[in-house]
Amino acid sequence: MRIAIKRRHIPLAATALVLALVYAAAAMKFPGFFSLRVLVDFFKDNAFVGVAAIGMTFVILSGGIDLSVGAVVGFTSILIATLVRDHSVHPLGAVALALLFGSALGALMGCLIHFQKLPPFLVTLAGMFFARGLGFLVSGESIGIKHPFYSRLMDVGLPLPGSATVPLTALVFLAVFAAGVYLAHFTKFGRTVYAIGGNEPSALLMGLAVGRTKILIYTLNGFCASLAGVVFSLYAQAGNPTWGIGTELDAIAAVVIGGTLLSGGVGYVAGTLMGVLILGVIQTAIAFQGNLNTWWTKIAVGVLLLVFILLQNLVSRVSARRAGTIADCGLRIALREPQGPEHGRRAD
Amino acid sequence: MHASEPFLQMRGITKTFPGVRALSNVDFFVRRGEIHALMGENGAGKSTLIKVLTGVYPRDAGEILLDGIGIHPRSVAGAEALGISTVYQEVNLIPHLSVAENICLGRQPTRFGKIRWKAVSARARQALERLEVKIDVSQELSSYSIAVQQMVAIARALDVSASLLILDEPTSSLDETEAAELFAVMRRLRDQGLGIIFITHFLDQVYEVADRITVLRNGERVGQFETARLPRIQLIAKMIGREPEAPAAPAGAAAKGAPADKAAFLEARGLGRKGGVEPMDLAVGRGEVVGLAGLLGSGRTEVARLLFGIDKADSGEIRIEGKKTVLASPRRAIEKGLAFCSEDRKTEGLIPDLSVRENIILAMQASRGPLRRLPMGRQVQMAEHYIRALDIKTPSPEQTAGNLSGGNQQKVLLARWLAMQPRLIILDEPTRGIDVGAKAEIEKLVARLAAEGMAILFISAELEEVVRNSHRVIVLRDRAKVAELAGTEIDEQVIMHAIARHETEETPSDGMA
Amino acid sequence: MRPKKLHPTGWLEHGAAARLVWPLAALALLLAFNFLFTEGFFRLEVLDGHLYGVLIDILNHGSRVMLLALGMTLVIATGGVDLSVGAVMAVAGAVAAVLVTKTNLPFGAVLAAALGVSVAAGMWNGLLVAGFRIQPIIATLILMVAGRGIAQLIADGQIITFSDPRMVFLGNGHLFGLPFTVTIVAASLAVTWALARRTAVGLFIECIGSNETASRYSGVNARLVKFLVYAFAGFCAGVAGLMAASNIKCADSNHVGLYLELDAILAVVVGGTALTGGRFYLAGSIVGALLIQTLTTTMYMRDVSSDVAPVPKALVIIAVCLLQSPVFRSQIVGLVRRGVWTLRPAGGKAS
Repeated sequence: MRIAIKRRHIPLAATALVLALVYAAAAMKFPGFFSLRVLVDFFKDNAFVGVAAIGMTFVILSGGIDLSVGAVVGFTSILIATLVRDHSVHPLGAVALALLFGSALGALMGCLIHFQKLPPFLVTLAGMFFARGLGFLVSGESIGIKHPFYSRLMDVGLPLPGSATVPLTALVFLAVFAAGVYLAHFTKFGRTVYAIGGNEPSALLMGLAVGRTKILIYTLNGFCASLAGVVFSLYAQAGNPTWGIGTELDAIAAVVIGGTLLSGGVGYVAGTLMGVLILGVIQTAIAFQGNLNTWWTKIAVGVLLLVFILLQNLVSRVSARRAGTIADCGLRIALREPQGPEHGRRAD
Repeated sequence: MHASEPFLQMRGITKTFPGVRALSNVDFFVRRGEIHALMGENGAGKSTLIKVLTGVYPRDAGEILLDGIGIHPRSVAGAEALGISTVYQEVNLIPHLSVAENICLGRQPTRFGKIRWKAVSARARQALERLEVKIDVSQELSSYSIAVQQMVAIARALDVSASLLILDEPTSSLDETEAAELFAVMRRLRDQGLGIIFITHFLDQVYEVADRITVLRNGERVGQFETARLPRIQLIAKMIGREPEAPAAPAGAAAKGAPADKAAFLEARGLGRKGGVEPMDLAVGRGEVVGLAGLLGSGRTEVARLLFGIDKADSGEIRIEGKKTVLASPRRAIEKGLAFCSEDRKTEGLIPDLSVRENIILAMQASRGPLRRLPMGRQVQMAEHYIRALDIKTPSPEQTAGNLSGGNQQKVLLARWLAMQPRLIILDEPTRGIDVGAKAEIEKLVARLAAEGMAILFISAELEEVVRNSHRVIVLRDRAKVAELAGTEIDEQVIMHAIARHETEETPSDGMA
Repeated sequence: MRPKKLHPTGWLEHGAAARLVWPLAALALLLAFNFLFTEGFFRLEVLDGHLYGVLIDILNHGSRVMLLALGMTLVIATGGVDLSVGAVMAVAGAVAAVLVTKTNLPFGAVLAAALGVSVAAGMWNGLLVAGFRIQPIIATLILMVAGRGIAQLIADGQIITFSDPRMVFLGNGHLFGLPFTVTIVAASLAVTWALARRTAVGLFIECIGSNETASRYSGVNARLVKFLVYAFAGFCAGVAGLMAASNIKCADSNHVGLYLELDAILAVVVGGTALTGGRFYLAGSIVGALLIQTLTTTMYMRDVSSDVAPVPKALVIIAVCLLQSPVFRSQIVGLVRRGVWTLRPAGGKAS
């Protein structure tokens, strides 16, 4: 029986392979890995990174990048905490406000990127600075969230056979994942995202609503980033402006290791889920190991990133040669401003 | 069939840009159920006319009628809504999405917002059936050849219910079989009643598939003709604006005779590249000016790129001074004493942010490497020398090159290569955009350089220029070499007839006498 | 027709005067604000033959970003970017700290080792970008993620403190009354300037960033030049890392240089070098770094937590981007001509 893999699925297949290998290796070393409980813990511990990574998937699919995610996580957490403690706002209201803020910031960045044609890298860098600093303006130090509603939320969960329960945070992650898959594969919005990342000038010429979609992408990502902050604050029952440092990098790594091309146009939300799990397994395995130190996680992630990036490079070069096109195969630098349809054609 | 109904009527279209009148009172008519070729040389206005039609540019004057109703397309999407679709040479689709998705993108059938993928595939297959093309629509678009991708683009255009299809240079990347398949599709669509505007440089293809031809020159319409009633020589004549005459034995032009030194400096045998030019032989001797003549798109620049190492040849070999050489990159070519003054100075020539001086000394500095910097005094000297010699109009050598006028930018580029004192220089359209007086200076310069022993490959779209300056002329047509003329044979009429000559005929079809 | 004076790239880059106006004006504005409203901002005092004061602090604290900005300027000028310099700082500091405390290597060898590792890191980036043709933002992301892990590996997870007087001098000593870091920055600036302007490397960098195709066709070895600039950026990061470690007398792989690459990029962009590459302005990058540091110090002196300093930084980034953006500039021109009431968003349909 031959298993044919379409070329564009190669990075995704590689991701699945890596996940299987990593999980198998860890399970062999630590028999405890195979339990349902540990599996549930993966989802619980990585819920906030996972939510952020799902949103980031859309940004990277469109050929952009968003550095502000981590800062928004920190800001969201401290905003909720301060609203609940200092302003007697009900947690639900605080959460709603936080999500609103994240989305608004995302929308603002999206507008700057689209209307003013500013490079996403710099705009989201500014967003990161802005959100991070704003968090400290709200409060210089950690604030606990001591509202009964909030702590009861952590008791909510989906009971599973055995003693495991899937907590709310993990459920949120799974819900976001499901929504992400639906958006990406069953809505015009999602398909337009792929088109923009695949070849933006063509997408414009094909009459797609590129501008509106771009702004929506960053809004959606802002929503996910603030949702990640909510999840984190639920997990820690507190808020802290310093949280989330490096989360954007983790999210980007999860997306890339999940098989999505950083240049955009190719990738799957499912891949990101696998990427998050891979990161989770590595981290947990290293923690289980005890004598291996945490920095190995960083190195391992770096190596994985390298392997996947080289793989992506190879795949896109091979497919370019096969198709015989001289035109760029969707490679775009997230730094540069998008080029218009007239660019590059010789007039006569 | 539908010949009597007016379909597309463009009347009196005028479009001006700052400093240049791109279209001047142009009429253009297309019927339903016809393939209409739009032809013209550089600066003719073809591309502007199409952009006006598809809403990219607003017109300054004139009217556009579709089935008798005036239309004002303001954007590509607007033109599409009116039934006017364009398929470009670069196939503007999304490479990593499937064929089915590319055809339906933006108009996917949905139920309560959810895309129905089965319906997408069905619709795509249906669109392709109109072209009688059967492929697996679930495959990624980029896994298919350009020829098939173009079919998909056409299918998409039809799915958007186009009644007028514009094909912009569709055959440039296709081989003969693929082009034949495309023509079969075009004929099928024409018979279904579609109007097709076919923009191309390939003469043979125009005669193969077009019903009528409209020729533009310098922004004006030269005429509209039935293909069957227009001999090739007439078409060429109308495109370049020369009256065809029976070629006579010319005096004057090539009286200069062959150069003293007969040894070939560079010899190419069977040099060719898929998508570039058919394998051909070429030789340039020291002190000899070899001209490359041909219409736009005939492959002249492609030959230059092969010789300079920018493109890799698929076949053939190059010998320099008798020794076999592989020119793998521009740097290698420069090491061997070659220079290439590109026609596309914007993307391949000028460094716009740098000063005139820096642009002029660049190749020289590159050949010396990063460490041995040219002393500033010498740089200024070189710059001033060429500013004087070529009469480059710039307030100072430090002026940013991007601010100069087109003609002066061309001169700066020329200066860069002359400063290298190469043994062979390829000049691709060296006088484009340069005023008459300066053109004469450059031609004198070319003659002097040849006399001093430089080998020169002179490429120009202006036949009289090529004739005036060359010892030998190689004639190209449709990406292949069709003739080589030397000495007294060199004459504009002879060149025109060489281009016009068709393989199935033994005598030139000049339609005269 | 001889030019009246020496060609402008005598010591200031081509057209630098025009480009420097904005950041210098902003800096002047900030200094003026402090002059009027901040007590003691301009006070200088001499102690033990050393100059002390807020202005000196700015020079001292800003030295790391200035150093990073030097290397980053060249990288950005080729149309690329280097996100890993912060991580490389951590690596350099870790290497030096370990060698100085755990071995008896001569100090010169310690410096050479730390800088050697930094250059190797830069060459790694250069290999990925120039050799494998991976986009710079992606290629340098790898080291940005893995670099800190490597630094911690070298330091064995510890924060290594050292007391070697020569090591401590780097970040805390004084020379000619000014902090030694100032000397290091000045020397680095001189070296960078010499490399860029006294050889043809600067010319090649600028032409690659401005039009890489035309540069290649003119015989410029673009891959080599790109490789070299990343190696150089690594070197600058190494020097900055040594200064940073020395300043706190320990190597803290987790925190040193965190997000400092972003500050460096900001300094370069503010200083006049376009993110897309082309002409670069070393002096501008230095001014940009000074501006950022002055901003941070101003806030500190006004009792605003340094953690909040990123907020004005964000506004500066956006302001600079907008000013550099042709879309924005044409909108402003259009606004002025037509009047504010006809304001319309740009972009939208294919045009």
